[in-house]
Amino acid sequence: MIKCKDAVSRLWAYLDRNIERIQEAELEEHLGLCRHCCGELEFAKQLRGKLRSPDSAYQPTSDVRARLETFLKDVGGGRRRKR
Amino acid sequence: MSETAVRAPTEFEDVVGPHLQYLYALAVHLCGHQTIAEDLVQDALLRAFRGFPHLRNRERPRLWLTRVLTCCLCDRFRAEHEADEMLRLDSEAGPDLFDRITEEDPFPYSDRVHLDFLDLFDDARVIEVFQRLHPAHRTALILAYVYGYKAREIADITGKSVGTVLARLFRGRKQLERELWDYAQSTGLITQKEATA
Repeated sequence: MIKCKDAVSRLWAYLDRNIERIQEAELEEHLGLCRHCCGELEFAKQLRGKLRSPDSAYQPTSDVRARLETFLKDVGGGRRRKR
Repeated sequence: MSETAVRAPTEFEDVVGPHLQYLYALAVHLCGHQTIAEDLVQDALLRAFRGFPHLRNRERPRLWLTRVLTCCLCDRFRAEHEADEMLRLDSEAGPDLFDRITEEDPFPYSDRVHLDFLDLFDDARVIEVFQRLHPAHRTALILAYVYGYKAREIADITGKSVGTVLARLFRGRKQLERELWDYAQSTGLITQKEATA
């Protein structure tokens, strides 16, 4: 069975589904027997979720949005000037 | 009335217009600054317009627009982007965040110390920590975890190989873990005494 160090190094790839099938099977075998690495997996899952901040926090203000829409019209209309 | 107010929107405006908010939010995520983000979106619109005649799939332009914006970001911060990604290799060998929290036990009376640590970070703090990362790592992490792009899509967006993207994600995660801890310490979210007890 793989060691904890190897298991931990694969956790994010496992969550991202960027892992070879053999490595995945080895990891799942390890997770079935190791409480510590199960804790690490849960932590990685929570941290991963934490990074998914809502887009609403970064939406443009009405002023910014108006300026960008005007700029888009200028560009699209062939008037390529930057503010 | 101005010329832009009366004429019909061009195809470029129709295709790109629905993605303006997305582009702005992505730019803020990537550069961490609203004014620079607005400039970046303008740069991207100019570049997108020049490349628009070559765009094949106009029904789904988001990946293409993301690539254009990311290129503009790289151009604007080229020196920073090209700084050696390997410099931090030594510190990546340190303990991972989970083990560090276990060992340092910043919340001695908690039975959910790891989750308590993560609860310290609201959206604003997460983006602050993102700004501490190497730009190439930050870009990969944001595209993967904020926007859900797959590694091969990030490779397409950034013009790098899938292997390079996976390495950046790995190194970025290690750096992120270290920066989360350092941020919590340096801003007093966890006190030095608690952290070293």
